[in-house]
Amino acid sequence: MSDASRTTAVSRAPAEGKAGRLETGWRAALLTCVAAALLVLPPAAEALDEAFLIGLFTRIFIFALAAVSLDLILGFGGMVSFGHSAYFGAGAYVVGILSFHAAGGEAPAWPFSLPWMESAVAAWPLAVAAAALLALLVGAVSLRTSGMYFIMITLAFAQMLYYFFVSLEVYGGDDGLSIAGKNNLPGLDLENEASFYYLCLLILVVFLLIGRRLVHSRFGMVLQGCKENEQRMLALGFPVYRYKLAAFVMAGAVAGLAGALMANYMGFVSPGLMHWTVSGEIMVMVILGGMGTLAGPVIGAFVLLLLEEILSAYMEHWMIVLGPVMVLVVLFARRGIWGWFQRGDPDG
Amino acid sequence: MAEALLTARRLTKAYGALKATDSLSLDVIHGEIHAVIGPNGAGKTTAIKQLSGEVASDQGTIHLGGRDITRQPMHERARLGLARSFQITSVFGGFTAEDNVAMAVQAHDGHSFRFWRRARSEAALREPARRTLEQVGLGGRGGVIARNLAHGEQRQLEIAMALATDPSLLLLDEPMAGMGPDEANRMVALLGGLKGRVAILLVEHDMDAVFALADRVTVLVSGREVATGSPDAIRADPVVRQAYLGEDA
Ligand SMILES: Nc1ncnc2c1ncn2[C@@H]1O[C@H](COP(=O)(O)OP(=O)(O)O)[C@@H](O)[C@H]1O
Ligand SMILES: [Mg+2]
Repeated sequence: MSDASRTTAVSRAPAEGKAGRLETGWRAALLTCVAAALLVLPPAAEALDEAFLIGLFTRIFIFALAAVSLDLILGFGGMVSFGHSAYFGAGAYVVGILSFHAAGGEAPAWPFSLPWMESAVAAWPLAVAAAALLALLVGAVSLRTSGMYFIMITLAFAQMLYYFFVSLEVYGGDDGLSIAGKNNLPGLDLENEASFYYLCLLILVVFLLIGRRLVHSRFGMVLQGCKENEQRMLALGFPVYRYKLAAFVMAGAVAGLAGALMANYMGFVSPGLMHWTVSGEIMVMVILGGMGTLAGPVIGAFVLLLLEEILSAYMEHWMIVLGPVMVLVVLFARRGIWGWFQRGDPDG
Repeated sequence: MAEALLTARRLTKAYGALKATDSLSLDVIHGEIHAVIGPNGAGKTTAIKQLSGEVASDQGTIHLGGRDITRQPMHERARLGLARSFQITSVFGGFTAEDNVAMAVQAHDGHSFRFWRRARSEAALREPARRTLEQVGLGGRGGVIARNLAHGEQRQLEIAMALATDPSLLLLDEPMAGMGPDEANRMVALLGGLKGRVAILLVEHDMDAVFALADRVTVLVSGREVATGSPDAIRADPVVRQAYLGEDA
């Protein structure tokens, strides 16, 4: 054993040193295979006449992005936010509304209906900013409560937003808005399914890499400390509220980006994106895959959406199968599918 | 009398009709160990909660180093130099012992809006953490997940976390509760070694420990202070003997 590997193993968790190292190699191999498979998927799918796979996986990446952002506050920060669809939906609506005006819809003229509104370079940052602002407002209120109250308040805010857009006739109310075309991105044709697929994959990977730095940074340690023992954090002198709010806003911002991608993917936006069942679905992805890890929510999104795709072909109420699966996961793999694979190494 | 570090005046906290603390006044002198004793339910933990800011007082004032902290929230008081251990052990169970103390070092350092550098590789956090673990007798146990430590070790870890914030005053709520005689002896030695460097408000049932360590003792009964004085004076006080020590004798 080299000195370097000894140091790393010890600084992590000496008791699990050996197993941890073995699994590191195993994990690298798995990661390489997955990456290779995802990279060749679009041309392969087209060659095999299964082009629908490109869209399916694009959707998986988008939901995975939303799920990872939720896990940042849920799994790492211990904040059980049951309203994550609000930020997802808000991001989507920003794209939808901008493109509605750009296409010469009926509502206000200046400064709307300018070509920039169809540009991803403008619309996506705006979607992120709007979702972040919304998260700031909701978080500032909700984070003053905890436990059951926090769950209910975050849910209530999301439902308020849902009903707000249902009643907003200008933007289609219940039916939502159609989007004329995908946003323009210089140098990339988003109308091309494969291009959009690669872009979503790239965004997910970049966010995972950033997330990996984040959760192990000082800020990330504070976040995990809040989950472990908030009272202790206060007694040590951490202004816990501030850190939790910052994390809440980050998570909302990233969910907003996922929403902007979703609007582009679907070609329309509707209040359904903000419905509490969407929050529930994102949360299921996190729990199923493994809370408090970065890989977990991605795996959860894969498993859930693939299950949905396969099962819904055979039965209408495919959710009936999901229930028992969730029970099994909670009973036999408390830390989800990924937690079950890696047994105790929190570095995923 | 030397100048007081902490001054509490007429602290009161009522739970419904029950006054958990009743017009309690207390001075903790720089560098001294000030013990608070009293039967179960006397209000000792409540007093610590009021001093640390976990519980807001109904009445009374608290000054730390001449500064009014009566209205300061718990985390502000911690930043001003109040560190605390809990009657029921409170650590980050899923973190390693070293992570626990590094978190305390980070709290003291005060810069946690840092998003990129790996905190576990920062010498500025890890080295003080290791030194403090060494100091409380947990050197070599840093890599153990806190919840897997023995009960006595977890209590030592709590002291290490408190010390790592470089406090001027430690509020310790029964640090020896549930310890075997050996562990308790080690804790007495540890606390004795801190004397003069940091002031300690020590709530403790172990009378041998109290009389071995304390410079001053306050006796609390039903939320009220019945006596304050040197250990010898308290031992000899007839009111105290009757109200409290009498039970043991
Ligand atoms: N949160 C609370 N609600 C109601 N009563 C409480 C609460 N905390 C403490 N008490 C009561 O206040 C009294 C003092 O409690 P405590 O401060 O824990 O005493 P000690 O630490 O001296 O044993 C007890 O009678 C206890 O039952
Ligand atoms: Mg008590």
